[in-house]
Amino acid sequence: MVKAVMEASHAASEAVKLIKPDVVAAYPITPQTHIVERISEMVADGDLKTEYIRVESEFGAISALVGAAAAGSRTYSSTASQGLALMNEMLFVASGMRLPCVMNVANRALSAPISIWNDHQDSMSARDIGWLQFHCETAQECLDLTLLAYKVAEDHKVLTPALVCLDGFTLSHVFEPVDVPDQKTVDAFIPPFKPLHAYVDPAKPVTQGPIAFPSHYMELRNVQNEAMLNSFGVLTEAFKEFADKFGRTYDFLELYQMDDAEYAFLGIGSECGTLKVIVDKLRKKGEKIGLIKMIVYRPFPKEQLLEATKDLKGLAVLDKAISVGFEGVLFTEVRSAHYDSDHKPELRNFIVGLGGRDIQYEHVENIYEMLKGGKGKKIEWMY
Amino acid sequence: MVDLTLAATITDPGSTIKYKTGAWRAIKPIVNKDDCIGCGTCWVYCPEGSISYKEKKSIIDYDYCKGCGICANECPKKCIKMVMEEK
Repeated sequence: MVKAVMEASHAASEAVKLIKPDVVAAYPITPQTHIVERISEMVADGDLKTEYIRVESEFGAISALVGAAAAGSRTYSSTASQGLALMNEMLFVASGMRLPCVMNVANRALSAPISIWNDHQDSMSARDIGWLQFHCETAQECLDLTLLAYKVAEDHKVLTPALVCLDGFTLSHVFEPVDVPDQKTVDAFIPPFKPLHAYVDPAKPVTQGPIAFPSHYMELRNVQNEAMLNSFGVLTEAFKEFADKFGRTYDFLELYQMDDAEYAFLGIGSECGTLKVIVDKLRKKGEKIGLIKMIVYRPFPKEQLLEATKDLKGLAVLDKAISVGFEGVLFTEVRSAHYDSDHKPELRNFIVGLGGRDIQYEHVENIYEMLKGGKGKKIEWMY
Repeated sequence: MVDLTLAATITDPGSTIKYKTGAWRAIKPIVNKDDCIGCGTCWVYCPEGSISYKEKKSIIDYDYCKGCGICANECPKKCIKMVMEEK
C-alpha cells in the first residue's frame, strides 16, 4: 500500500488502473477531464493494458461500452453534466441489458444557463435508469467506491451498471492523501470478470437486447428491479470484505456524531466536509447535532435511513438538485421513506450549491437555526 | 408466469421464425396467377422476405406477410391486389 498526495480525479484513475478494464471509452468534458486524461497517460506509458477508444461524443462512449460489455468485457467510462445527459438513451440500454458498466461522474450543473460548476442535477436525473449510484466525499472514497462499484455491479446476483459520483471541482480537482492499495489485494477483491449472459462465443450464439412484447416487458423490469434490490445484500458483504482487505470501513450511510443527536443534516458528496466542520462547531456549544452522509443513493437505503433518524427531532435535507415544479430531489425521497415510519422527525428541505454556489459556514449555521427553531419555509433556498 | 432469460437473451438462434407476424396484417395481397409473369419484382421489394416462387408464379407466405402492400405497388403487371382481411 502506497500513500500519496493526489488529485481526487487521479484517485479515480488509479482505481481504474487497478481494476484493469478491457475497454475504456470516454469523451472529455469539464470537470471530468483529468480522470480520463490520466487513464490515457497510463495506457500510453504501458501501465494499463486496455482498449482505449477515443470516441466522437458521450453517446459514442456509452454505446462503445454497451457493445464491449455485451461481448463480455469489463468496461469503464467517465463523464459529467451534458455528457451524461447525452448518454441518457444508452444508459437505459446498458441497465436493461444488465451490463455491469461502471462510470465516474464528475458532477456538474446542466445548461441552460451554461455552468461548468458543481451540483447534483446530472446524476439525480439518472436515478430512475437502473444504475447503482454512489457518492464520494473524499479522494480516498473516489478510489475505494470505484473498486466497490465493480465488485457489486459484476456480481451475478446484481449485474447492474454503476455510477460513482464525485463533485466537480470541489472534489475532482482537490489534492488529498490517498492510500493506493497494491495490485494483489485488489485482484483478490475483484477477480477477473466472468460474464453470465452477455458474451461472444461462436459455439454458443445468442441474441441480446431483443424486443419484449407487452406479454414480457413488465416481468423483465421486475426482475431488473429485484436485481438492484439484491445489491443491498451484496454490498453489505462487499463492505465487510473491503474492511478486512483494505482496512477502511464503508456503509450505505456514514453517521457522524449521530449517537445522541437530536437534530441532523443529511448531505451527499463533498458538502459533507463542510457539514462535519459545522457539526463539530455546534457540538462544542453543546448542541446535539449530527450528520447523515448518504454514500449509496441507488439502491435507496431506506431502512438504514429510518434507523438513523429514529431518535431525531428534526432533519435538514440539503439538496443540490431541484425537481423543477416541486422540491429537492433527495428531500422527496427522504420524506417518502418516512411516511411508513412510526417516528417522523420534522423534515426540512434546503436547496444549496446549485451551479457551484459555495455552501458557506453561515448557510449551514442558519440551516441549523431554522431547523431547531422551527423558523423559515418548508423549502428554503440558501444563497 | 412467463419464461424469462436474463435480460431477455435469446439462446436458440432463429427464434423469430416462431413469431408469426402475419397476425399484424389488416390488408392482404392476393396474386392473380393468370397475369403473374414471374418477373421477381415483388420478391425483390418485399421487406419481410415473405415472397417465394413456384413454377414462375409469386407465392406469398401469409404467416409472415404484414400486409404493407409494397408488392402490389411495385408489380409491373398490377396483378397483386390488396384486399381487406376478413375474420
